[in-house]
Amino acid sequence: MERRDFIKLGGAGMGALLMPVSGMAVSLDQLLDKPMDVAYKKKLADIALNAAKAAGATYADARIGRYLNQFVRTSETRVDNIVNTESAGIGIRVIANGTWGFASTSNMTPDSIAQTAQRAVAVAKANSKFQTSPVKLAPVKGVGDVKWQTPITKNAFEVPIKDKVDLLLSVNDAAMANGANFISSTLFLVNEQKYFASTDGSYIDQDVHRLWAPFTATAVGPDGFKQRTGLGNPVGMGYEYLDGLEKDKIKITGANVGYNNSYDMLEDAAAAGKQLKAKLKAKSVEPGKYDLVLDPAHLMLTIHESVGHPLELDRVLGYEANYAGTSFATLDKWKSGKFQYGSDIVNLFADKTQPYSLGNVAYDDEGVKTKEWDLVKDGILVNYQATRDQVHMIDQNESHGCSYSQSWRDVQFQRMSNVSLKPNPKDISAEDVIKDVEKGIYIAGRGSFSIDQQRYNFQFGGQLFYEIKDGKIVDQIEDVAYQSNTQEFWNSCTQMAGKSDYRVGGSFFDGKGQPSQVSAVSHGCPTTRFNNINVINTARNV
Amino acid sequence: MTILSEANAKALLEKVIKLSKADQVECNLDGNIGGNIRYARNTVSTAGEESDLVLVVQSTFGKRTGTATINEFDDASLAKVVERSEELAKLAPENEEYMPNFGPQKYLPSNTYFESTASISPEDRAQAAEYSIAPSKKNKLVAAGFLEEQVRFRAIMNNKGLFAYNKDTNVDFSVTIRTEDGKGSGWVTRNYSDYKLLDTAKASSIAIMKSKNSVDAKALEPGKYTVILEPAASVGLLGNMVRNFGQRGADEGRSFLSYKLKEGEDASKAPKNRLGEKMFDEVVNIYSDPQHPIAPAAPFGGNGYPRKRTDWIKNGVVVNMPNSPYWAKKTEVPYMPSGGNIIMDGGDQSLEDMIKSTRRGILVTRLWYIRSLDPQSLLYTGLTRDGTFYIEDGKIKYPIKNFRFNESPIVMLNNIEALGKPERIDGNMIPPMKIRDFTFSSLSDAV
Repeated sequence: MERRDFIKLGGAGMGALLMPVSGMAVSLDQLLDKPMDVAYKKKLADIALNAAKAAGATYADARIGRYLNQFVRTSETRVDNIVNTESAGIGIRVIANGTWGFASTSNMTPDSIAQTAQRAVAVAKANSKFQTSPVKLAPVKGVGDVKWQTPITKNAFEVPIKDKVDLLLSVNDAAMANGANFISSTLFLVNEQKYFASTDGSYIDQDVHRLWAPFTATAVGPDGFKQRTGLGNPVGMGYEYLDGLEKDKIKITGANVGYNNSYDMLEDAAAAGKQLKAKLKAKSVEPGKYDLVLDPAHLMLTIHESVGHPLELDRVLGYEANYAGTSFATLDKWKSGKFQYGSDIVNLFADKTQPYSLGNVAYDDEGVKTKEWDLVKDGILVNYQATRDQVHMIDQNESHGCSYSQSWRDVQFQRMSNVSLKPNPKDISAEDVIKDVEKGIYIAGRGSFSIDQQRYNFQFGGQLFYEIKDGKIVDQIEDVAYQSNTQEFWNSCTQMAGKSDYRVGGSFFDGKGQPSQVSAVSHGCPTTRFNNINVINTARNV
Repeated sequence: MTILSEANAKALLEKVIKLSKADQVECNLDGNIGGNIRYARNTVSTAGEESDLVLVVQSTFGKRTGTATINEFDDASLAKVVERSEELAKLAPENEEYMPNFGPQKYLPSNTYFESTASISPEDRAQAAEYSIAPSKKNKLVAAGFLEEQVRFRAIMNNKGLFAYNKDTNVDFSVTIRTEDGKGSGWVTRNYSDYKLLDTAKASSIAIMKSKNSVDAKALEPGKYTVILEPAASVGLLGNMVRNFGQRGADEGRSFLSYKLKEGEDASKAPKNRLGEKMFDEVVNIYSDPQHPIAPAAPFGGNGYPRKRTDWIKNGVVVNMPNSPYWAKKTEVPYMPSGGNIIMDGGDQSLEDMIKSTRRGILVTRLWYIRSLDPQSLLYTGLTRDGTFYIEDGKIKYPIKNFRFNESPIVMLNNIEALGKPERIDGNMIPPMKIRDFTFSSLSDAV
């Protein structure tokens, strides 16, 4: 599920602005404060672990977090808001009487931390009364003191506000000069300074950076209005992502430009203006069966919804039954070793070590080293995504490193890893994939998406749609959505481009859990073809 | 302690305002404390408690505004947060749409706080979960549920004399109960201000009944059907429609409420939006009311402006559209803040009465994963979930497989056959609705 947690920030002038944040607004200078001294964090973490053990915990972990966000939002020629937020505190998770307990506090005095640890143990003990199956953790060897940082070259928090505002206003100008009547553009910057310690003997300090620069442009015509969102990706990178390097552009003749690890936002906004004018005049799609060619900035979300979520072990087991749902990819299908998730050219893998991706870290939020592993190999379902307390249920003894919490305040739980589709071993281009299609539609960008709670039936739209006739992109068309069933869809995959076309897109605000938490996750894939898919027309007169 | 009394909040904010050198300053003080318990596979999975208290200071010089926030409350910290917001204001570009703060306001009395909710303990939560788990086990079913309570307060003060304070409580409970073989699923949700009203055993019995009765669902052909939407099934579509009611988007031509020029009509003389137009069945009355006895809301919005009962749709006619102070001034209409809840009038019929009077139709427990397909027609897609049943001759005949729908709330509110007694859902009051010609576009295998 893709969802945003919105809270209202601020007073009169800000009352109408909703921003997805989990922090409090702070001034710019605070964002550049140096992180808390590691030795001091270790001392505080040990207070938490010792207090938990003394209160009766058999296992404890403490996460000391400082979460910084900056949001710059503009519309047309004006700056709507600049918001700086910081959230710092400690979250303590324990096992007592075989049951999980959790408590958190922003008050990081030694006394407060010890009391919070005791509260976590008290919660665990209260719940253990009705506990029937004690928590069983996969072993993790303590790693001692370690450090890791997202490989950034330009810390986005150090770029002057003026430069960011200038960029966004230029983007707005470019869209409006080329056909848009309205545009909102935003910069979301995230820095998670996370310190993890556990009774296993790990003290892990990580500095994680993420960036997203979305826009939505609108054009109003005599018969209504059309919208086009940006084709840039949210990334685990610094401000260097916005350099717009030519080497990272992939041009599709007659359609759009795709972006890899560098985004030319100005160029994309100008293109959006022109494409909006075309959208207002574009013909409406004729419903029916088409071969679809899906560009990576679109297919990433299809992977997210139809592969990433159903292969989360907590969903398979029923832990998410009351909210996000369960999964069609049940244990019996996996155990059979024969479940044909996709055609035999489909290879899907999970990997939190992928550079520039949103999920890239060295250790997850329960101290497990991250890795790459197969989920679907040669079309067959081979594994899931799991945490320490789950892997024993699939007869494995090593966690996959999928634990994450959105902040110090919330308890960590199983979240999606980066899940990606392997490119064609033969390095063919996106246009090579298009050239063999007789009757098809090429779809770029992410649009409306909806899928059932077990991930069978889905319906996805996009941003840009182009009719393919006899191997060539012809007209821009509108009102396209495709409906399919996950297994049928992946089994209709007939071709994909090679590694030169492989791009990593992502979801900045993936929602799951109760209380709901957001996480950021990426999906890599090349331009890929799916045969004979049902396309519907979404236009309707009311 | 993160929940301050009105007197303590006022004293703290007065101290902050006195430190300000800005032309205009506004402070928001928000505190909360809450707890939750989550269970699945008939056992508790996670549980926790959290609290926070945050002060936001917004300073303005001319049309330049800066905001800073802090969660420490000693004198030095308060001085620092005021100075920081003033520094940021001086660096910020001018906001051409800036509007000055409001002066002193009068508020309606609030009925949003209940001590019963504020005093829930971890043991209470565990017991409430057990009341749901035990009968599920007894029936050889599997329960996954969530209970969360929150106590919150908000205080707002500015240097033009405005002071607002409100304290509220909220408790949410939901449970999905499935058969062991995964062939049946039932769900129920409850939401109250007063914890005393929550009976997790009684609520769970509905999910148990739906779970058992939904096994071996039959497939119906997709198409147009008469549906009875329980309040939880229609609240998502109605909420999306009300969120798109804004005047500005309509005036700018990018809303379902934008005026469509008739052939030959002079654009300069035509209205910009559809205010005053009858767009829905005349039985449709939708409004917001902070003083609603069952689903109350705070008596003021995020900017301290008072809320009062406001009609949005009256007898099917669009009678008000929310706007911002800036847009109200620009278009020379009164400021119309959005409401804190959605109240839709209904009738006296129970859900059972509505089923009895249905010759052929489909009962829908809830709609899931609702996403916009076309903002011009407010066309949405999504799926039914956790209890979908075929009705024939006034009786539920058998469970049916879930459907994907592609439908617009505008169409829905023009095709009303009957409205039942409204119930509280997500802080709103929504009646069960019988709707004809509701569009289902495909089948789903999901249970």
